[in-house]
Amino acid sequence: MVSGGVTKFAKAHQAMDFRLMVKKAYDQAMSEVPNLTKDQITGSRVSYFSDHFSRQLKAASMVQDYLGLNPKGSVRIEWGGATGGECFQAAYEAVASGRMDVCLAAGYETMSRVATWKGNEFIALASDTNFDFPLGGFYTGYYALMVVRHMYEYLRLTKFAHVKDEREAQRLAIAEGQRIMSWVSVKNHINATHNPYAQYPKRLTVQEVLDSEMISYPLTREQICTMSDGAATAILCTESVAKELTDKPIRVTGVGTGTDTMRLADRPFGSVPLYPHEKPKDYEHLPYPGVHSFRAGRSAGLEACRMAGISNPLKELDFIELHDAYASSEIQTYEDLGLCKYGEGYDFTLSGAPFLKNIDYGLDVPRAGQMPVNPSGGLIACGHPVGATGLMQAVFAFWQLQGTIKQHFGDPTLQLRNARRGAIHSHAGTGSAVTVSILERGF
Amino acid sequence: MAKPPTFDHFRDVQEELGRSGAAIFRDANGVESLIIDSPYSIHYIHSYAEDSAFFLGLAEGKLLGSKCTNASCGFVYATPRGHCMICGQPTEWKELPRKGRVHSWTTCHFGSEAFLKETPYNLAMIEFDGAGSLLLVRLKDAVQSDLYVGMPVEARFAPNPKYSITDVWFVPAK
Repeated sequence: MVSGGVTKFAKAHQAMDFRLMVKKAYDQAMSEVPNLTKDQITGSRVSYFSDHFSRQLKAASMVQDYLGLNPKGSVRIEWGGATGGECFQAAYEAVASGRMDVCLAAGYETMSRVATWKGNEFIALASDTNFDFPLGGFYTGYYALMVVRHMYEYLRLTKFAHVKDEREAQRLAIAEGQRIMSWVSVKNHINATHNPYAQYPKRLTVQEVLDSEMISYPLTREQICTMSDGAATAILCTESVAKELTDKPIRVTGVGTGTDTMRLADRPFGSVPLYPHEKPKDYEHLPYPGVHSFRAGRSAGLEACRMAGISNPLKELDFIELHDAYASSEIQTYEDLGLCKYGEGYDFTLSGAPFLKNIDYGLDVPRAGQMPVNPSGGLIACGHPVGATGLMQAVFAFWQLQGTIKQHFGDPTLQLRNARRGAIHSHAGTGSAVTVSILERGF
Repeated sequence: MAKPPTFDHFRDVQEELGRSGAAIFRDANGVESLIIDSPYSIHYIHSYAEDSAFFLGLAEGKLLGSKCTNASCGFVYATPRGHCMICGQPTEWKELPRKGRVHSWTTCHFGSEAFLKETPYNLAMIEFDGAGSLLLVRLKDAVQSDLYVGMPVEARFAPNPKYSITDVWFVPAK
């Protein structure tokens, strides 16, 4: 990867349609590699999630057209919430296979063209329309179902095992889980106050997150990402071309993907695929993934780490930009990615490990800086224009590894010292598909 | 011909679209965009295909799961599927017990536009004795504070079926 661009994500960009948004993100990426001409771009991969939002089918062709890239090769990428992550990997594959020397990955979503709750309906159409959608199709509801079970497995049966009254024990477990999820929301919103591209930067307290409107119990409004308009681009190329374009190229050293059943109800109760530092007896009695964990995330993480030669992600990665569409899924993803064992996600959060060391969160975070997660602010605070989101993560990770956060954000706070290797993680509906890509300094 | 009216607040634009179908929005940077109302509606000819017997069963007060016909597999699905996802063999219909337990649950205080008027409603994943997977349903006659993992529940069926998954729902078991 030699360059990237991203528009500021916003609730609505009424003055820009999808073509113009992508053009702006493309122009930004091109402006940072002045030696690259349009003629040198071999082709593109263009991503957006839903045709419903713009009611313009084959919109990716119109992006290619507006950028003036015809008659070069292009194809549209769609994979639910993981659309942007898949687009990044599709561009990687185009280059790695030798088919292209330079590939543009471009993604966008314009979600403002329908009312918010209609938008929720379009997203819910990415669940089984025979068995799931007619019940009240609502993705926040599906993630709430998952985290209630996660809290049961990992708080009720552990921290609150001593409480005899079953219902009281479950109430206590959920209250504790809500409190810890709020830490994630506080972290990501406060990180975003140093990111000018973010949609909802704000200083929040745990209590304010807990007190925000209940959307689907136990998830409150501040624990959930929003609808956004936005676009992002990444330019990938061969090593030899990269050397001509920049003295700070970033190498893609691992890619992984995973999938799971579309219906939550069909998820099996099997055994856990292990990272090298884990043992079968760690999970002897754990029915996996059930509805509490994302098997696709673990699969993607294992594949990407294996390819990059990483055996212990906590020790060998410097940061992660992960798909926190919900504060709950950030905690679940810590476990999928092997940052801690299954069941340790809540304690991992409270340890402060995913927080930044140099930011005051108003919380006691003794291990802050150990594994910064979503230093950019993540989806919760940056926004989630679906087809752009995974590419936005790539751009933020790219700037982080280049050491150019200050230059791009006008604020050095989020620049991690000596960030040499990071991961980006993109995730589709209830974990039905996940991508993980590993990026490393190539200089 | 007069131009459509111009507004600085998007809420006003939305109201104008409902009235006349066109408005101009002036954003914080002073950029003006012409915005029109663009309605869309469609009737799909939706076939339940290999899942049909499940929905016909609901109309008769039966909850049909499916069982893998491969004797060495025999996996039972609480949400039926035509072929087994483990061994790939065809499944056969198998009636599920009317009683089960809550595996997980939530109360939706908001929902998609189509369901907003029904909020708050409960969703629950049900586990059944003898089945290896779950069924997602609405859970009625109970409020948020009544619900817990492990709660015994039983099925109710719509007297006037709509041939939808909403023809079955669960209530706390007596």
